[in-house]
Amino acid sequence: MKRVGKPVFFIVAILIIAFTVLAFTGITTTYGDNTNVIVKGGSDIRWGIDIRGGVEAIFSPAEDIDPSEEQMESAAEVMRQRLIAMNVTDYEVFVDTMADRIIVRFPWNSNEKDFDPSAAVEELGDTAVLTFREGNETDDEGKPTGVTKDTVVLEGKDVKEAAGVYGQLDSNGGAGWYVSLELNESGKKAFADATARLSKENGTISIWLDDYCFSAPTVNTAITDGKAMITGDFDQEGATALANKINGGALPFSLDVETYSVITPTLGEGAKTAMINAGIIAFIIVALFMCAYYRLPGFVAVIALTGQVGVSIAALTGFFPGINSFTLTVPGIAGIILAVGMGVDANVITAERIKEELNVGKSIDGAVESGFSNAFSAILDGNITTAIIALILMGTFGATGTLLSDLFKPLYFMFGASAEGTIYSFGYTLLVGVVANLFFGTVASRLMLKSLSRFKIFRKPALYGGKKA
Amino acid sequence: MNSITNNCKFNIDFIGKKKIFFIISASLMAIILICTAVFGVKLNINFRGGSIVSYSYTDEAKFDELEAVVEEAIGKDVTISTKQSFGDNPDELDITIADKESLSAEEQVALEDAVSKKYGKQLTLLSVTNVQPSIGSEFLGKSMLAVFYACVILIVYVAIRFKKISGWSAGITSIIALLHDLLIVFGTFVIFRIELDYNFIAVLLTILGYSVNDTIVIYDRARENKRHYGNKMSDKDLFNLSINQSLSRSINTSVTTIATMLVVCLVAYFANVQSIISFAFPIIIGMISGVYSTVCIAGPLWVTWQDFKANKHRKGSKKNSK
Repeated sequence: MKRVGKPVFFIVAILIIAFTVLAFTGITTTYGDNTNVIVKGGSDIRWGIDIRGGVEAIFSPAEDIDPSEEQMESAAEVMRQRLIAMNVTDYEVFVDTMADRIIVRFPWNSNEKDFDPSAAVEELGDTAVLTFREGNETDDEGKPTGVTKDTVVLEGKDVKEAAGVYGQLDSNGGAGWYVSLELNESGKKAFADATARLSKENGTISIWLDDYCFSAPTVNTAITDGKAMITGDFDQEGATALANKINGGALPFSLDVETYSVITPTLGEGAKTAMINAGIIAFIIVALFMCAYYRLPGFVAVIALTGQVGVSIAALTGFFPGINSFTLTVPGIAGIILAVGMGVDANVITAERIKEELNVGKSIDGAVESGFSNAFSAILDGNITTAIIALILMGTFGATGTLLSDLFKPLYFMFGASAEGTIYSFGYTLLVGVVANLFFGTVASRLMLKSLSRFKIFRKPALYGGKKA
Repeated sequence: MNSITNNCKFNIDFIGKKKIFFIISASLMAIILICTAVFGVKLNINFRGGSIVSYSYTDEAKFDELEAVVEEAIGKDVTISTKQSFGDNPDELDITIADKESLSAEEQVALEDAVSKKYGKQLTLLSVTNVQPSIGSEFLGKSMLAVFYACVILIVYVAIRFKKISGWSAGITSIIALLHDLLIVFGTFVIFRIELDYNFIAVLLTILGYSVNDTIVIYDRARENKRHYGNKMSDKDLFNLSINQSLSRSINTSVTTIATMLVVCLVAYFANVQSIISFAFPIIIGMISGVYSTVCIAGPLWVTWQDFKANKHRKGSKKNSK
C-alpha cells in the first residue's frame, strides 16, 4: 500500500459511522398504514423468549396414530429444523414419549402485532408432505382422489435441494417468486420417466403440499435434467418458507395442536434495557482505554470497532428485507458486548508493533507501514483458526439442506440430524465477527491511520506511543 | 537471553518457572475433577430431562413461596415460570423439575399435597409431563465429535502455518492449552454450583475461539523471531523473548475483554438479572485462564517438548557413538 490521501480518513470514517447508524436505525417508509422496510434496523430484531415472551404449543399425534419413540424424536427434530430455517434460534423442544406429546416453545416474531399463537403454531405443525402426482382429480372438498402408489411421481425425499428463487415463471416472460427443486438421482429418473410418458398423452402433473394443490401444469416435454419448479402465488417469504420446509423434511405423521399458551418473558424488557446500557458503558470504557493507551492508533481502533458493532447488528437483523432476523436473547446481547472487548485485539496487536518500530528509531511512516505488515500474520492466523471453529459449529448444528451441513454430513454418519439453534447462531455471529474484524482491524484501520499520519499535527511519535524525541 | 537485544518492557523468565506453572495447573485440574466427582454437576431440564407440572391459577395468587414449598415437599430443585393462556382460560404456571428420573407417583402426591395445603383452590393441577432431555446424549456425542474435528483441523492448520517452529508440536501444545481452559470453565460451573444450560455451551464455545487465538499470537511472534535469529537462539530464549514481546498485547486485550464482562456482571447485578451472571462470570474466569495458559502453559510446554526431543536425540547419538 503506497501513499494514502488526506481525505481518505474522513471518507472511511464517515462510511463506517453511516453504516453503523443505519444498522441500528434501519430505513422504513410509511404511507398511511403501510410500513415498508427498506433496510432492517434494531427494531426488527426478533427478541428471545426471555425478553419478549413467546408461544408454547403442545402437539400430539392425530387420533388414529401411535408413533414409536423414534418417530416422536424425529418429529421433534423436524420442528427444530423448521425453527432454525426460520432463523428462530431461541427455542425449546421437549418430547414426552410416554404421553406422546411434543412441547415447543419459541419467541414472538419481531413484527407480531396481534399476538395470536395459533397462526404461528400451525405453520410448525404442518405435515409438509410434498407430492407430485399424475392427474389432478379432486373430490368436493378439493382433496385429491385416485391417489395410488403408482400415480405419485415424486415425493419430498426425491428432492436434493429446494430454494426460493426469483425469475421467469413461464415462456410469456412473466417473472415472480417460485420454488426451484433439484432432484436427487432417484427423483431425476422417476421424473424423467413420468414426464416422457405423460408428454405423449398430454397428461398433467399436480403438485401438492399435504392437501393443498399449488398447480397442475400440462406436461409438454420430457424433463431429464432433474430440475423442477413449484409455481403458485408466492412472494419472497412464501417461496423461501416452502423451500425451507421441503429441505427440513416431512413430519413422519400428522400432529394436532393440543393446547397453546403464551409464555410470559422470564427476564423482560427491563433486562434488555439493562444489557443495552451495559453495552454502551462497556463500549465507552473500551474506547477511553484505547484512546488513552494507544493515542492515535487507539482512536482509529474505536472507529473500526464501531464498524464491527454495526456489522454484528446488521448480521442479526438480516439488514435486507426478506432475510429473517436472528433471535436475540439476553446472553446474545452479552455476546455482542464481549465482541466489543475482543474486537480491538487486531488494533492492539498493530498498535504494539507500531510502538516497537518507533522505539527502534523508525520514522512515523515506516513504523506505521511495518507495524501493520508485521501484525498481519498474527491477526490472519488468529482469525482463520477462529473461523475454522465457527464453520465447524455451523456445519454441525445448522439446519439440513444447506451447503455447509451437507459438507459435514459424512463426518457425522453415526448420528441423525440434530440441529441446535443456539450453537448454530453462535457460530454464525462468530464467523461474521471474524470477517468484520479482519476487514476493519486491518484494511479500514490501515487506511485511516495512514491518512491521518499525513496531517502535520499528527506527525509526532508520541501520538503513536513512541518515546518523545 | 540478554545477549540478544531485547528492548521490550518486560523481561520475565516464564520458561524457567515452568515447573511452578505446571504444578499450579495440574492441581487446578485435580481440584476440578475431585469437585465434580464429589459434588456432581447441576444440569438443567434441557440436558437432563425431567418433569413439568402445570397448574392454572386465579389472579389473586402470589407465588413467592411456591418454589420453597415444592422444593421442601419433594427434596429437589425446581423452577417456576408463568404463562398466560390464550382466550378465556385462566393463566398457568409451570413447575419444572430437572431430574434423570421422571417424577415418581409418591413425589407427585407429595407435591400436590404441599401445593394444595398452601394455596388451596387458587391453583388447579392441569398436567404432569415427563420430558426427555432435549439436549440428549446424541447432542453431547455430536458436540464431542465437533470439538474433536475442530482440534484435528486446528492442529493441521498450525502444523502447516508454523512449520518454522516445528508445527506439529506447536499445534498439539496449543490444543492442550485450549483443553486446559475448557476444563477451567467447566470447573467454574461445578465449583460455583451454576446449573449447566445453554449458557454453559455458549461460554465453552467462546473460550474455544478465544484461547486458540491468544496462543496463535505468541506462536506468530516465535515464528518471526525464529526467522530473525535462526538457530542462534535457544528454544527457551526464543519463547521467553516472544512471550515478553507479546505480553502488553496479551494483557491489554484481556483488559478490554474482561472489562466489558465486568460491566455486564455489575449491571446485571444491580438490575437483578441474575441469570446473565452465570454467563459473564465464567467467561471472565475463562479469559483469565486463556491468558494464563497461553503465557504459562502453551509456550513452556512447547519448550519442554523440544528439550525432550533434543535429549532423546542426544542420547540416541551417544549410544551410536559408543
